[in-house]
Parts: sequence; structure tokens; C-alpha cells
Amino acid sequence: MAFEIKNITKKVDGQTHIKPTSLILEAGHFNVLLGETGAGKTSLIKLMAGLDRVASGQILMNGQDITRLSTQKRNISLVHQFFVNYAHMTVFDNIASPLKVAGMAKSEIAGRVEEAADILQLRPFLARRPHELSGGQQQRCALARAIAKESNAIFLDEPLANLDYKLREELREQLPELFAGRGAVVVYATSEPEEALLLGGKTVLMNDGRVTQFGTTAEIYRNPLDITSAKVFSDPPINTATVTKKGAEVVLNGTIKWALDGDAANLRDGDYAMAIRPNDVAPLRTSQSTVGVTGQVQVTELSGSESSAHFSFGAQKWVSLAHGVHIYDIGQPREFFLDPSKCFYFGADGMLAARG
Amino acid sequence: MAQITLSKLRHSYYPNPKQADDYALKMIDLVLEDGGAYALLGPSGCGKSSLLNIISGLLVPSDGRILFDENDVTTVAPSARSIAQVFQFPVIYDTMTVYNNFAFPLRNQGVDEARVDVRVREIAEMLEVTDLLDKRAAGLSPDNKQKISMGRGLVREDMNVVMFDEPLTVIDPHLKWKLRSKLKELHQRVKVTMIYVTHDQTEALTFADQVVVMQDGEVVQVGTPVELFERPAHTFVGHFIGSPGMNILSCDVRGSVAYFDGIEVPLEGAIKPDLNGNTEIGIRPEYVSFGTQGIAATVRKVSDVGRHNVVTVMVGDTKIAAIVKGETPAVGDTVQLVFEQDQTRLYVDGWLASEKGAGQ
Amino acid sequence: MKTQNNRAWLFVLPVLLLVAFNALIPMMTVVNYSVQETFGNNLFFWQGLDWFEGLLRSDRFHAALGRQFLFTGLILAIEVPLGIAIALAMPRQGGWVSVCLVLMALPMLIPWNVVGAMWNIFTLPDIGLLGYFINHVLNIPYDMTQNPIAAWVTIVTMDVWHWTSLVVLLSYAGLVSIPDAYYQAAKIDGASNWAVFRYIQLPKMKNVLTIAILLRFMDSFNIFTEPFVLTGGGPGNSTTLLSIDLVKIALGQFDLGPAAAMSLIYFVITLLVSWLFYTLMTKDDLN
Repeated sequence: MAFEIKNITKKVDGQTHIKPTSLILEAGHFNVLLGETGAGKTSLIKLMAGLDRVASGQILMNGQDITRLSTQKRNISLVHQFFVNYAHMTVFDNIASPLKVAGMAKSEIAGRVEEAADILQLRPFLARRPHELSGGQQQRCALARAIAKESNAIFLDEPLANLDYKLREELREQLPELFAGRGAVVVYATSEPEEALLLGGKTVLMNDGRVTQFGTTAEIYRNPLDITSAKVFSDPPINTATVTKKGAEVVLNGTIKWALDGDAANLRDGDYAMAIRPNDVAPLRTSQSTVGVTGQVQVTELSGSESSAHFSFGAQKWVSLAHGVHIYDIGQPREFFLDPSKCFYFGADGMLAARG
Repeated sequence: MAQITLSKLRHSYYPNPKQADDYALKMIDLVLEDGGAYALLGPSGCGKSSLLNIISGLLVPSDGRILFDENDVTTVAPSARSIAQVFQFPVIYDTMTVYNNFAFPLRNQGVDEARVDVRVREIAEMLEVTDLLDKRAAGLSPDNKQKISMGRGLVREDMNVVMFDEPLTVIDPHLKWKLRSKLKELHQRVKVTMIYVTHDQTEALTFADQVVVMQDGEVVQVGTPVELFERPAHTFVGHFIGSPGMNILSCDVRGSVAYFDGIEVPLEGAIKPDLNGNTEIGIRPEYVSFGTQGIAATVRKVSDVGRHNVVTVMVGDTKIAAIVKGETPAVGDTVQLVFEQDQTRLYVDGWLASEKGAGQ
Repeated sequence: MKTQNNRAWLFVLPVLLLVAFNALIPMMTVVNYSVQETFGNNLFFWQGLDWFEGLLRSDRFHAALGRQFLFTGLILAIEVPLGIAIALAMPRQGGWVSVCLVLMALPMLIPWNVVGAMWNIFTLPDIGLLGYFINHVLNIPYDMTQNPIAAWVTIVTMDVWHWTSLVVLLSYAGLVSIPDAYYQAAKIDGASNWAVFRYIQLPKMKNVLTIAILLRFMDSFNIFTEPFVLTGGGPGNSTTLLSIDLVKIALGQFDLGPAAAMSLIYFVITLLVSWLFYTLMTKDDLN
């Protein structure tokens, strides 16, 4: 099963919501759409699901043109951020509803529903109605409905956004296993880079109605094509600064210098936009090759196993993210250590020029 | 300003509660120091919102007392408690300007206009909304609306406590950390007691000096973020804080030695005496590594999350997560697990039962 | 930035056709009558704007229009505050909610002419329950067929009884949609009950109230059946509202030309006042 979109666009009231976009999304792995709110993830899903008409371009399923086909005939499933279930039906009937519509035999329906309910641990709740379930169970019911139906494509639009943190963690781990081997194209929209990394598969980075990069998730995390992609795929935000390359050295803010090797040493002299991920800026010196940057600590955050510090120096506002618990004094200067081998250098056109 | 004492507090939403399960809050004893930044952390349904509503006076507890300093306020009305609460969804007075929204609680108290003006401008400056003061509150973006809600809470000068009930729910992810840090900064400036209710560990640990972890209507642990992470007093805390959470492994204890999968596991320190019950080893994924000898396990999954890898291995039916930087084994490989001794703890019936090691 | 999309007209076309058939075409007939004199047999004589001019100068028209405005004014002044007050007093949860809702809906289910007939009998001084009670127990002389004030009190009371429920139900719908957090925040902010009403409940009810006021205006301004069945416009002409006068002219005197002109003026007034109400009440939202 494969979903192909060719040069599709979408306009609303004359404003372009989706700029010309081409993608081939395949079954067998997660296809994550990653971008901030308003980047066009939901718009793109609606176009693929047939809930909205494209302004131009083509949508193909297994090579067949389905651009003009109605949603009902595309045989897809969609799970929303909000738990959408039929309030007057039991969990069993909710999961069975798409199968009944498809005209499946009763005996077969029961088997399918029970299978889906087992996978999502809903077996004890089959006779209940949605309002008698917790938020997590309601969303699992919506997911079970998507699984029970043998769809060509399953669209998940931020399905975990309204769930408790820990529950989100559990479901996030189960989801790829749930959909593995189902033969359906799975498209998953999220605004959290961390979630994309945990789900794996392939990721489509979106910004302002445009796809900026598409590829294997870990791969595009490591190798951003341009500065926008690097920014989209970073949380906390990626640290950036303008640096000047001269000879074998690069200078930041006039005083901070480090030597270049590899690709970067071959760059032409001049100004570059440098970017480095927060986890490559450490609060402690880990090796001799790291470069010290002294900044004023403004805010610190602790997320269980990781600590982050927001600090400023010159015109830069940077973040350092480190494993374990670190204590910082707010308002005090402190030295952080960036790893030059993890730096990205972008040219004036925003495209990646070299890496450290 | 006041110290808040919750004494033998219980609450049930049923008219005639009989067994323990009928109680949404089961016997809470808690002292919140004046001027502290607290977080109530727990999954939905753990009773944290009920507790918050009892402190604010929106709910009268079935049993027990609440004291503000020495005063029993258990049945005192919310408006007489000098408290403020910021809700999950921004509550603003639509028809008023931002200025009048801020001024509202003060005017209700009969504060004179000159003082109102000073306070409103002070708060607006703190929240960086001075340029919005003359705007109608209805047309603002969600994050600004939530700032207005916060401002209304902070504007009174006689505040005993300001409470936040999951205040960042409707805020766009990339704006969350800004508001989060703003709140922390506000606390440092106004020094009033603040209580922050959330299910999100990052929000709780970032905001609070002391985190109160709750489960099923009970307080499981009160501690600093570091304490909760380093030495969880209960397996639930270990599981709930950290991602992935602590590995909890069923084990046997014979004499003073713990065995997992038949192999002796060295613990951080001695086992507390006279304990019987279900024994478990707790070890965080951060402190699990692969060595040449140890517990044999099969690699089930390797997730590359960019800055490190989360490797899931199986020992029989038990799943163990390990955080690995650098080289990772392949799925299907057999590996030997090594637990860092300082960080290996023993739990009996969920509660921490190993003594602190000599090295800590 | 907006672009024109002409396709939208295609979607509106069926509605336009429908409106044309059931409103525009009958209306054109009225326009046709309003500028001509007819004596039957399809004989028409061009009159220009004479009917309009005559009407606008006629005391009878002024009096009927005045009564119509008085009636509508009284209705709005009583039903809107009363409806809000009842809605505020109704329980928000529990078993009584549905009982209250059914009780409120009952008067609205009764046909107009039945309402008129009911109140007619109800208020008869000799055998009507209310009429007898007022006259013989309270000893207040009350007969709406004789006394214009009694007639007015009766038609207004009847309309309040019949239609306040509409305002109640709409206001109630607005009230129950206010999240608890608003009331809790107000308690904490130390707001008085009046402040809660003024700054939370009223703003949240505004949209439904706009609809309620518009509906009540249009209905009461065009009311015919109930007062006609009840008083027939009397005693004398004291309760002859514009609508009743219109029917008298058209069907009683068979003056089709003046009646048509009157219909058009009536229509324009209704339209103008409705538009005025709507614009005033939604003005704030546009800014």
C-alpha cells in the first residue's frame, strides 16, 4: 500500500495553506508529520483523507488517481486529538460501527472487535459507553475502531495530545507495534520532536505549509537539509548564532574561537549561520575539544531525567540540555561547553554548507 | 501570607462513604510553608484537583481541617480566604478591558482607584502585557488570556496562596516553556506561596521547590525534584518521574541479599529490618549498562531518540529499559546487564526498603 | 486579501429560487396592488403613490401603529427581564431540570387561536375563572369587553404567559453553557452576585438573548391571531393593533389598494427595526 501526492496545493480564502507538495508515503513504518501548530499538518491530512479538496495536484493510492474520490470510498481511518466516539453506543458497537457500514457478517465482526479490543486492553469495557471511560480509554476506543477496520490508510492527528503524560508515554511505545504488519499506510501528526524520534519510521518536516525535509527519522534528525528543518526538529529550540569563518578557524561574537576540521575546514571564508543542538552544549567539560561559552543563566527546567538551562551571551539566547540533575544559579554567569564536532553551518541561502 | 496546614483531611463525593475506595482523598497530612513553590503531581483521578479545591474553599472536605497559620478555614468561603486560582482554561471577563480584568478583584475589595492603578500597572509590567491594557480581553490569543487570568490572581496584595490548575493545557507547545519560566520568575518576585497542579513532570519539576506526588487519593512522597529523581520513596514515584521511568523488577530476598532471575544483585545499602511483603528492585534506565558478565537478557527494541538510545531488553517476561549513549546492540542480541550499585534500590510493597549506601 | 469565487452563486441559487417563489412573487403582487385602484373584474387604475401618502397622513394609521409599538414595547420590557430572571432561578442540575423545561415548553405548544379562546373564556367576568375571581373575590371591576385598560392588561398578560418561555429556554441554554470555572473564579475574586450576572452571565447569554429579542420583536410586532380572537380589536378601537387594522381594511372594507400599501409600510418597519436591533446588539463583536 502506498499513498502518493503529486504537487498538491490548498488555498482557503485566497491564502495558501499548503504550498506545492509531493510525497510518497508507504506502509510498513510510521510516517510522522512534524511541525508547529499551523504548519499545515492537519490540512495535509484532510486533503489525503478527502475531507478537503485540493486546489491543484493529484493524489494516488497504489498508482490509482483518487483525487476526486469521496472520503467514504477511500477506505481510510482517522483518529483525532479529541476523543471522537459515538456517545450512545457501547464500546463494542463503536469499534464495530465501520465494519457494520462495510456490510461485514455478524460473526466476523465480533471476532474483529474482540481482537482489536484485546490489543488495546479494552476487553473489560466492551459493554460500557464512552462517557463511563477515562480519557485514555476513550482514545484507545477510537484507536481500536481504526485498527478493526481494514483501511488503506490510517491518519492519526495528534492522537495523544490530550492524554496524561505517562499514558502518552505508554501508548507511544505501543502504537508502532499495534500498526506493524497491518499493510495500511500510517500517517501520524505531532508537534513534538521527541514524539517523532520515539515513533521512529520516517518523518516529514513541515513549516508554514511546506515540506522542508522527508526521510528516515533518525537520519534527518542528524542531517538537516536546511536551517528551517533543523529548527523544526528540535525541542528545546536549536541554538543558533552567526559565525565568521577565517582560515582554519571560526569566530563567534568576536572572542569565542575554535578550529575547524573535516568538511567545515573547506568552506569559503565568510559569515555562516551556525546551529548546535541543546544536548551538544553541556554544563560540564566532557572532553578537551569542547569550547567554553560563558553566559548568564536565565531559566532552568527539570524534566525528570534531564535538566535544561536557558542562558544568554551577547545577542544569543541558548539552551543547554544535559542528562541527570544539574543545579544552576539563576542570574549568575556560568560556563557551558559546546562540542564543535556537532555544529551545523548554513550558508546565506539557509542550506546546509558543512558540519563540524 | 500564611503557612497552610492540611490535617487529617479526607474527602468523598459519595454521601455515605464506607470503604477506603469511596474516598477521593484518603487521609492527607501536609504542611505547605509560607512563600514556597509547590507542585501537586499525579495522573488524572489521583485527587490533586480535589485537594486544590479544598484549599481554595470551592470544596468542603468530608473530614479534617485546613489551617492558614493558626486559623481554621475549613468552612470559610473562597472570597474570604485571600487566595487566587488560575484554571485550566483561561477565565477572563470578556466584556472588560485587560485593565479592568486586573482591577476587578481589587475593586471588589473596595481598594481606592489610585492604588488599583499602581497595582494593575505593576502586574501588567511583570507579565509583559502593558501594551494590551486598553484592549478588550475577548480578542486575545490563548496564552495572553491565560496571562490575564494569572494577573488577576496576583494583583491582590494580601494573598495567602496562588493556585494553578494545569494552567498550560491550552497553550501551544512552543510557547509553554516561556510561560513556565515566567511563572517561576513571578514566584521569585512576589514570594507568595504557590501551588501548581499538573500531570506533567516537566512542569512540576521546573516550577516547584517541593513536589507532592499523589496517587489514588494519597500523598506518596514530598520532596525536591532531585530527591524524587534520585531516591524515589515509592515505586510509583520512580515510574512516574523520568522518561522512561524507573525499571521495577520483581525479586527474591533471602537473608540480606536480593536475587533477580536467580542472580545476586548488590543493593545500595543494607535492607531495612523486619519487612515482609512483595519485594522489588528499582533501577533507573540511566544506570543500566551492558557488560561482560551479569544478568543475561535479549534485546527487543532499540529506539534512537537522537541524543541517546533507549534499548529495551527482556529477561524472561520482564521488560527492562536502558539508556545508552554511543554503541548499541542489535535487536535479538544477548547482552549482560550491569546495574550501578549506588543506584539499585529495594522496595517492599512499593515502599523504599534499602538504606542509603555509604558512598552517598 | 480576498479573491472572488463565482461558483458560490451556484450554491445559493436554489435558496434564491425558493425565496423568489414564496416571498418575492407574492410581494410583487402586493406592490402591484399598492399603486393601483381596483373595483373587481380585473379593472385597474393607476394611482401612483397616493395610497402611501394618504396612509402616512391618516390618523387611523398613526393610532394603530402607535398601539402596535406600545404593545411590542410592553412585551419586550416585561418578557426579556422576566425570562432571564426565571432562567436564573431554574435549577442547573438534578431531576427538577426536566420538569421545569417541560413546564416552560407547555404554553408554547398551544396553537395561537386556542390561546386566544382560552383567555377569552378565562377572563369572562361572569363565568371565567380569572374574571370571576377579580370581580367577585377581589372586588375589582374588570371587564375587558368594556374597559380598554382591562383589555390591554389581558392581551399583554396573555402574551407574557404564552411567550416568556421562549426567552427562558434560550437564556437557560446560554446559562448552562458557562463552565463552572467562571463561577469559581468569580467567587475567588470576591465578585458580588450582581457582578457575576453583569460580567459573566449576561455576556455569555448575549448571543442567545439577541436571538430571543429579535424573535420576540418580530412575533409581537406581527401578532394577530391571539388579540383578534380575544378582543377583536375592541372595545372600540382600543386594541386594534396594526395587524388587526390591516385585516379590517383588506377583508372588512375590501380596500385592497390601501391595504397593500399598508402591508408594505408594515413590512419595511419590521425589517428596519429588526436590522437596527441586530446591528446594535452585535456591534461589539465586530470590533
